[in-house]
Amino acid sequence: MKNETAAVLILEDGTIFHGKPIGKIGTTTGEIAFNTGMTGYQEVFTDPSYYGQILVMTTAHIGNYGVHDDEIESDSMMIAGLVTKNFSKTFSRVAANDSMENLMLKNNKVGISDIDTRALVRHIRSRGAMNAIISSDGTSIEDLKTQLSKVPSMSGLELSSKVCTKTAYEVKPENPICKISVVDFGIKKNIIRCLVERGAHVKVFPMHTSLQELDTFEPDGYMLSNGPGDPGVMADSIQLVKEVSNAGKPVFGICLGHQLLGLSLGLKTEKMFNGHRGINHPILNLKTGKCEITSQNHGFVVSKESIESNPIVELTHIHLNDNTVAGLAIKDKPVFSVQYHPEASAGPHDSRYLFDQFIANILKAKV
Amino acid sequence: MPKNNSIKSVLIIGSGPIVIGQACEFDYSGTQAAKALREEGIEVTLINSNPATIMTDKMTADNVYLKPLEPESIIEILKTHKIDAVLPTMGGQTALNLSMKCDEMGIWEEYNVQMIGADVDAIKIAEDRELFKEAMEKIGMKLPAQKTARSFLEGKEIAQKFGFPLCVRSSFTLGGAGAAFVHTKEEFDTLLERGLELSPIHEVMIDKALIGWREYEYEVIRDAEDNMMVVCCIENFDPMGIHTGDSITVAPALALAEETYEKMREQAFKMVRSMGEFVGGCNVQFAVSPDDSEVLVVEINPRVSRSSALASKATGFPIAKIATKLALGYTLREVLKKSGGAEFNFKEPNFDYVIVKIPRWNFNKFKGANRELGLQMKSVGEVMGIGRNFQEALQKACQSLEIGRNGLGADGKELTNQQEILQSLENPSWNRLFHIYDAIKLGIPFKTIQDKTKIDIWYLRQIEELIDLERKIEKHRIDDISRELMLEAKERGYADRQIAHLLRCLESEVYKKREELGVKRVFNVVDPFAPELEEYSPFYYSTFGVADESPVTPKKKVVILGSGPNRIGQGIEFDYSCVHGVLAAKECGYETIMINCNPETVSTDADTADKLYFEPVFWEHIYDIIQHEKPEGVIVQLGGQTALKLAEKLNRYGIPIIGTSFEALDLAEDRGRFSKMLEENNVLFPKYGVVESAEQALELSKDLGFPLLVRPSYVLGGQKMKIVINEEELEQHVVDIIGEMGANHILLDHFIGGAVECEADAICDGENVYIIGIMQHIEPAGIHSGDSYAVLPPYNLGDLVMTQIIEITKKVAVALKTVGLINIQYVVKDDKVYVIEANPRASRTVPFIAKAYDEPYVNYATKIMLGEKKVTDFTFNPKKEGYAIKIPVFSYNKFPEVKKELGPEMKSTGEAIQFIKDLRDPFFMDIYAKRNMHLSR
Repeated sequence: MKNETAAVLILEDGTIFHGKPIGKIGTTTGEIAFNTGMTGYQEVFTDPSYYGQILVMTTAHIGNYGVHDDEIESDSMMIAGLVTKNFSKTFSRVAANDSMENLMLKNNKVGISDIDTRALVRHIRSRGAMNAIISSDGTSIEDLKTQLSKVPSMSGLELSSKVCTKTAYEVKPENPICKISVVDFGIKKNIIRCLVERGAHVKVFPMHTSLQELDTFEPDGYMLSNGPGDPGVMADSIQLVKEVSNAGKPVFGICLGHQLLGLSLGLKTEKMFNGHRGINHPILNLKTGKCEITSQNHGFVVSKESIESNPIVELTHIHLNDNTVAGLAIKDKPVFSVQYHPEASAGPHDSRYLFDQFIANILKAKV
Repeated sequence: MPKNNSIKSVLIIGSGPIVIGQACEFDYSGTQAAKALREEGIEVTLINSNPATIMTDKMTADNVYLKPLEPESIIEILKTHKIDAVLPTMGGQTALNLSMKCDEMGIWEEYNVQMIGADVDAIKIAEDRELFKEAMEKIGMKLPAQKTARSFLEGKEIAQKFGFPLCVRSSFTLGGAGAAFVHTKEEFDTLLERGLELSPIHEVMIDKALIGWREYEYEVIRDAEDNMMVVCCIENFDPMGIHTGDSITVAPALALAEETYEKMREQAFKMVRSMGEFVGGCNVQFAVSPDDSEVLVVEINPRVSRSSALASKATGFPIAKIATKLALGYTLREVLKKSGGAEFNFKEPNFDYVIVKIPRWNFNKFKGANRELGLQMKSVGEVMGIGRNFQEALQKACQSLEIGRNGLGADGKELTNQQEILQSLENPSWNRLFHIYDAIKLGIPFKTIQDKTKIDIWYLRQIEELIDLERKIEKHRIDDISRELMLEAKERGYADRQIAHLLRCLESEVYKKREELGVKRVFNVVDPFAPELEEYSPFYYSTFGVADESPVTPKKKVVILGSGPNRIGQGIEFDYSCVHGVLAAKECGYETIMINCNPETVSTDADTADKLYFEPVFWEHIYDIIQHEKPEGVIVQLGGQTALKLAEKLNRYGIPIIGTSFEALDLAEDRGRFSKMLEENNVLFPKYGVVESAEQALELSKDLGFPLLVRPSYVLGGQKMKIVINEEELEQHVVDIIGEMGANHILLDHFIGGAVECEADAICDGENVYIIGIMQHIEPAGIHSGDSYAVLPPYNLGDLVMTQIIEITKKVAVALKTVGLINIQYVVKDDKVYVIEANPRASRTVPFIAKAYDEPYVNYATKIMLGEKKVTDFTFNPKKEGYAIKIPVFSYNKFPEVKKELGPEMKSTGEAIQFIKDLRDPFFMDIYAKRNMHLSR
């Protein structure tokens, strides 16, 4: 018998969790990942780097302060599905425009609540990244398992083209002090805000572009954005990044942009057992010796060994939990990148200095 | 930065006696600090005048000074010991003030002592409102419009400029003493005068009131290399206008959007950075306008605080311990790596549960007190509930309060008078939360409730959801409730008792039913990182989830029940005993399991017991933990009345009680049987009787004769105890007790006037008795023992009396088959000794005697309870020099409207110890001369 008030979550390894439906009634699939942030759910759900992922939010309540038109990192919800413990259909903020539930319905997103996320996350933590399916439309477990078995692994998937801009666009501050060409692999709006706030006139290009095209804007520097998917299969983009980093101008890469820069320099990337997702990730800046609490969202990482054996690349930041690569730079060039999200949103603003550094590099190079 | 190796010896200053605004959270922080220093091989010297503290134990510090917190004591210490540094940030405002005073007097400089963890300038900025304002404006922070007044005239001018309502607060005071809202000119004049008087520098800050703004606290930690992190952001359920110590608070912030959260985080960092050389834990408070558009800075406290203790318990992140290491020069990374293992590495806590703190008030102890909450803190303790959602945490916190409720709602105790409810919503007191529930249940419109309380609508909706759920449950009976509904009720924190009320059945039937339905408690780790990393802390809370995370070991175990929230009559002394009980049981090879819900305590420090269950000391939770752990037994005699009153049920469910049996505990409480036992042993006691109505009382009074001592049975701290001198008063008081407490057994004792009161504490193994100390009260009988000055040993009792006390104590202890501790209270008149009561449990005076005589009595008693030792196995060697005076400390300054009078109901919040050489001591002579001054009835 079909039960309208029941939803189910099935993991690739066959584990089943029962809960209640949220958002659209339906079925959705994706790679399951968890985020431990206690605030900023709307920013997270609209972050293109989460494209294709079923996201488990570990914080106790989701939806409590509603949603706001300005608190988006892209034009729609990017996650494939949502898993929570407690989902609030009511919300309180005076400034909020709508409820999280309505946002999910508008975006046709399927979710499940009343899941013991501790048990679930401990399971994923020990088994590693895997695919999952959420269903609230009464499809039988057998059918769901069959559907789930057909979902491709995130490894080897290129997803940027599904979320990046189709046409180039410009954002200009009142008194621009420099120009930046941005390659959009699935950019978060806040990266653009952070650049524009600092006086940069920005032009955002679709990922399938060329250096020539980027240069038509006559930029003083290049920004390589974040985005979803496996960087290892993005040969064209790696080639583009190689040309960009050799163009003699300052370059700043974030997340996927950082991984692509690494690959273009001959470094390797690898899929992590469990990615880093959350807003409390500790980073050590090896140059200053200072720690930063950062926002992170990645399932792939640049291999540390490959940096250590590379003569032109310098390791600039490491993740303090597992000593993985969190930032790199080309020696003697104003080209650098970080694995984490200095633009935050959601997350702490500890690393905003990287944007200052990038703009400083640009102004220095201009002189 | 590596550790500063020049520091080899550190002085920690404690916070003194417990008063409102400064409670046992500073015993917790001081104890952690001492542990952290000793781990580094540093010699710790500790000063505190409060003997009922773990921090002043020999096991905590190398040199302990139970001395008044005055510069003279500091000089004495510095003359005796080579002290390299002083850590002034662990003992609250008292320690900061004393450090500042010593600094001004040049004491630190003279003895070459450096101040670590804070610097004088930082303290000045935080404490002096004018300097604070200047410093904050310099770094671009916005503050509420405010100005300082140093005279009455200046104050009046400011008020004219700002307009009402205003908020008036004194500089350099504690717990908001002298702070209040004023709405009228008359109120303003009175409070301005009082504020100027209360401030040690006679300065008041006047600011525009931010009524209805939301209030947030950030607990920030910083190291000497300027690395910083937020340990916890605490959201106030009660908006601005109620002191945060008197506010219900929640973590994580649930009604706060990302943008504002990060804005405050950035501002908090900026503020801490502007505080000079400050390293350690820092509390920053903000006010947020109702529409989120404005964030204003309220205050900064560059020291550990009540909130940092709460944040430590809420996240498992030991702020005081880490702050201490940072003060030595370590970086956060170095410390975190050391204390939590490689993975606990500069990661901000991001947890997946909710905590709710509710303060505990004791207004009934202060007759005539203004019960309205405001800028000045009035609560005496607090509880914390942990759950997987807000409702569960809220219910658990309500169950922890011990105010005769089974949680929020569903107990038939709702208020239904609309006017009273509306009145309470607008003029908040201790029961506003309950009245919000009542208002929603009664159908008072949300808008009205929100207008009057200014509480975030999300919270109000959460309470509404509870009421909706109750209505669903009420449609069922025990035999037709579904698993789904039962699970939902449990997930939202409802106690079996509440569900039983809704289903109109017995608590035990609900328990049985949920067993059948498979709705079972699981225990989760208090895990600061959601489960992203491997859990490491043996610190648990219960919930209703899928997976249990508290593995049971095959070791032999013992459960120690804690004493719940601090309140008058049951304070830090009982936590002291619990901690020693835990440590003694550990020494005997037991795995120790602590259950308590008071976040301020040492007993709830994750490194005290082997396993800590941060749970209400409430039958259902305790029973489930016992079912899970299967201990050898439960120790109930250390956690005050809270723990003791659970003995009956433990006994009924066949759970072994360690130490004195339930039968003996019951015998001591049952006046009839107890008196019979005394009679059989030829022990005198005042004539008494038990009545159930005022009529019977009047009848009995003819027999006993006035004056009479009237009280309900089974109470602690002399609750509702009164001396009456005529029939009219007797009638009134009996009716009052029946009406207010629903008690049906009222004791009447003939009151022996003009007598001397004393008490004896003893350890007994069932056969052998050792009297650890006898204390004589300075005030005449009639003043509660907790409120009297008392002298150890007695100062003017003759040999005849002393022999009688010793003999009776031994006789009674054995007759009660005491195994563990016992306290017996006496009145002495005309060389005759009468027993007033016997309590076979750790008393308030045990820690005092242990400190004065420098012997670990609770440790010994616990070993005896466990059957590991006999009294005869110990060599007692008390350090008996001169006399030790117990000084009761009151918090009357928080209730200026209350007349200071003492009687059989206890009113003091804390105590201090003072040693004197002989009875010619001027301090003793002074209090002795004043002994009759405050006696009332």
